[in-house]
Amino acid sequence: MAKAFKPQIISANDLYVGDVVYMNSGGGWTRKLAEAAIAHDAGDAEKLLQRAVPQQGKVVGPYLADVALDDDGRPFPTHFREKFRTRGPSIRPDLGKQAIYPERHEPLAARGGI
Amino acid sequence: MPIITDTGFAPDDAPDLIEADDLPETGERLTIMLPNDADPSALSPAFNRITLIVVPFPNAADGRGFSIAKRLRGLGYRGHLRAQGHLITDQYPFARQCGFDDVQIDSALAARMPEELWLRAKTRAIPPFLRRA
Amino acid sequence: MYRYDEFDHDYVRSRVAEFRDQTQRRIDGALTEDEYKPLRLMNGLYLQLHAYMLRVAIPYGTLNSRQMRTLAMIAERWDEGYGHFTTRQNIQYNWTKLTDVGDILDALADVEMHAIQTSGNCIRNVTADHFAGAAADEIEDPRPTAELVRQWSTAHPEFAYLPRKFKVAVTGSPNDRAVTKAHDIGLRMLRNEAGEPGFEVIVGGGMGRTPMIGKVIRDFLPKDHLLPYLESILRVYNLHGRRDNKYKARIKILVHETGLEEMQAQVEAEFARQMREEGGPVVSPNPEHIAQIAAYFAPPDFAKLPAQSAKLTKAIATDPALAAWVENNTADHRASGYTIVTISMKGMGDAPGDATTAQMRVMADLGERYSHDELRISHEQNVILPHVKLDDLPEIHAALQKAGLAAANAGLITDIIACPGLDYCALATARSIPVAQDLSQRFAEPARAKAIGNFTIKISGCINACGHHHVGHVGILGLEKSGIESYQITLGGDHTETLAIGERAGPGMTAEEVGPAIERLVDAYLDVRDSDDERFIDTFRRLGADPFKAAIYPENNCAAA
Ligand code: HEM
Ligand code: SF4
Repeated sequence: MAKAFKPQIISANDLYVGDVVYMNSGGGWTRKLAEAAIAHDAGDAEKLLQRAVPQQGKVVGPYLADVALDDDGRPFPTHFREKFRTRGPSIRPDLGKQAIYPERHEPLAARGGI
Repeated sequence: MPIITDTGFAPDDAPDLIEADDLPETGERLTIMLPNDADPSALSPAFNRITLIVVPFPNAADGRGFSIAKRLRGLGYRGHLRAQGHLITDQYPFARQCGFDDVQIDSALAARMPEELWLRAKTRAIPPFLRRA
Repeated sequence: MYRYDEFDHDYVRSRVAEFRDQTQRRIDGALTEDEYKPLRLMNGLYLQLHAYMLRVAIPYGTLNSRQMRTLAMIAERWDEGYGHFTTRQNIQYNWTKLTDVGDILDALADVEMHAIQTSGNCIRNVTADHFAGAAADEIEDPRPTAELVRQWSTAHPEFAYLPRKFKVAVTGSPNDRAVTKAHDIGLRMLRNEAGEPGFEVIVGGGMGRTPMIGKVIRDFLPKDHLLPYLESILRVYNLHGRRDNKYKARIKILVHETGLEEMQAQVEAEFARQMREEGGPVVSPNPEHIAQIAAYFAPPDFAKLPAQSAKLTKAIATDPALAAWVENNTADHRASGYTIVTISMKGMGDAPGDATTAQMRVMADLGERYSHDELRISHEQNVILPHVKLDDLPEIHAALQKAGLAAANAGLITDIIACPGLDYCALATARSIPVAQDLSQRFAEPARAKAIGNFTIKISGCINACGHHHVGHVGILGLEKSGIESYQITLGGDHTETLAIGERAGPGMTAEEVGPAIERLVDAYLDVRDSDDERFIDTFRRLGADPFKAAIYPENNCAAA
């Protein structure tokens, strides 16, 4: 039985700064998860990945990551590893994305997920 | 498949290569392909009949060829020694220091890593240990 | 301390230039990420969860105050004001930018430091006993050997693309503080019956997913034969180590699969061949150079001092904090009236091994003023002042107190090793630092920690075991289980000359469950030990794991038999 498809986004690290970036619907890169392009089925996901992989001059290691969507359709990470990537070190709230984009502190929306 | 020497790119001299396993009992001026998982010492009785040994580098992370070269030179091989396959410019000095005479890469790689990069690699500093020796 | 000669200077500078060039080629597209990655790794540059991480070598753990100040400056200028001292005598900066790394490397080169070969499938930073040249129990200073190995292995043309990373450790003491049996090659200095200096050579130790205790491949190797012998081991490994599976690529697996005897035969054959080469083995450095290296490590001019310090005795009498610190954080020095100080980087609730810019500067000042300008980094992630007068301990302690560095817990239960884990590391399956912080707070009370005595807890955030969990008296391994962090406890490991790998206590548990479980385990130990002097590891060896498993998993008590 095929598993239900979970929405996915493309995540990578910026080539120059090394921080976490996401691919937006224009095929460019953003530091805000809320602006990431969301794939709603496997075909979409593959297309996004094909668009990301050749962008070696901008990012390193693009890959598909699962997300959950809240009521407004905004993506949130589901796996704890991705949560740390979107926020920063749990022991240093003053550092990483969580210090720059405090809105990322929002807890994972339970609804609309898994 | 261009060949890279200390003076830059040279055209492929395309010799026919005999697999090391099929080394003939007789014959002179042999040109041999020695896979990088073979034992180089098997060739040592025939060293004076061999003019070229080619050692393949299947990918840039596989450094077995460097040890093969060191062992061949340690065993007394004085003929021509060539590294062939996926080597990058940064490995050129290593190849030379291990006893290779030149390096041969495919055209696609050569297009991405032009001659001037290989020449630049050649001028890299020699590690202090080799300089003091 | 070793000083660079013109060759070293030239080389390190040219490597910086080369790195800048490689990075430019990556940016221009001449190099793909797959080709660039091994090159940046050979310069210590990783890409982690949130940023690039630069790992800087502190060869055999020795540095001077000027170097420590540069490490502080780098943290301040190009990072977030702190660095992380690792179990392999390196420092890691967690927040570097690709475009700054060239400048950082140049700043390091200014003080004779580098990040060369701190990563990648090459011979890594050579580690040594952090008490080298100071310890009372030392046969010979291991650092000239470690420096020689560093020089030989730096940009070794044959061994830059090995099947996997390769780690060498050297100790000059019978009490092994360098974990030599858990390295690809461990060298233990000793003398043969004729009194000639040499090494016991241990090969194939390691941690990671398949922990193995190193095996003796040569019980006495004359000192002059070291490099050709190392070269022989490495050549056999480079040719025959597995390249088909990265998890089976370390030399420990080759030794295991080939068998020690066959491995020994191959190495000895290669060695014999090298020794027969015309003009002798090519890797023998000239004796003058060896003598020169040794001279750099000549002991400092120690003052002639009485074995006791009246000043210290008096200060201790009125200052219990000083007394506890002196008791735990000093070790016997070979010179009368001197001691070795361990500055604990494990203050209550701290991230183990992390030091701020300000703390690094304080330690640099103390090293300069009180320790013949020398500092060391230990594999326990602490900083050492190797040559301190007993008389100076009160002032040093006062300065450390001001800097928040006076934790009196060296070797105690709160002297926890922890890797960066999922807070930083891209390979992690769980966090390790928060677990260490929780435990250090639980056992913060000095009297309790003292009653427990020598007790090592080591925590890794994944199976790679960078936090040495296999050899902790108690090891904690963070894994992922069904989408949450899960921790597995191992018991009975030992990192010393009696190296042992801990055994699994039972099923994994959540982060919140770890602290209470360790508290129950410690209580059980205090209950069953036969005297206050019996360390946990000794009680464990006497009684086995059962009483401790029962304490960790009380719900299974009846099943434990
Ligand atoms: C943060 C980035 C790090 C990465 C990506 C990393 C990666 C790894 C990997 C993959 C292994 C397993 C090697 C194998 O079994 O073949 C390993 C082992 C090890 N690492 Fe790390 N590590 C990191 C940080 C550290 C730190 C911070 C320390 C010191 C605290 C450290 C010290 C060690 C040690 C001692 C071992 C075990 C010895 C061995 O078998 O090699 N590493 N590391
Ligand atoms: S043990 Fe795992 S999590 Fe910890 S530093 Fe090593 S690779 Fe990272």
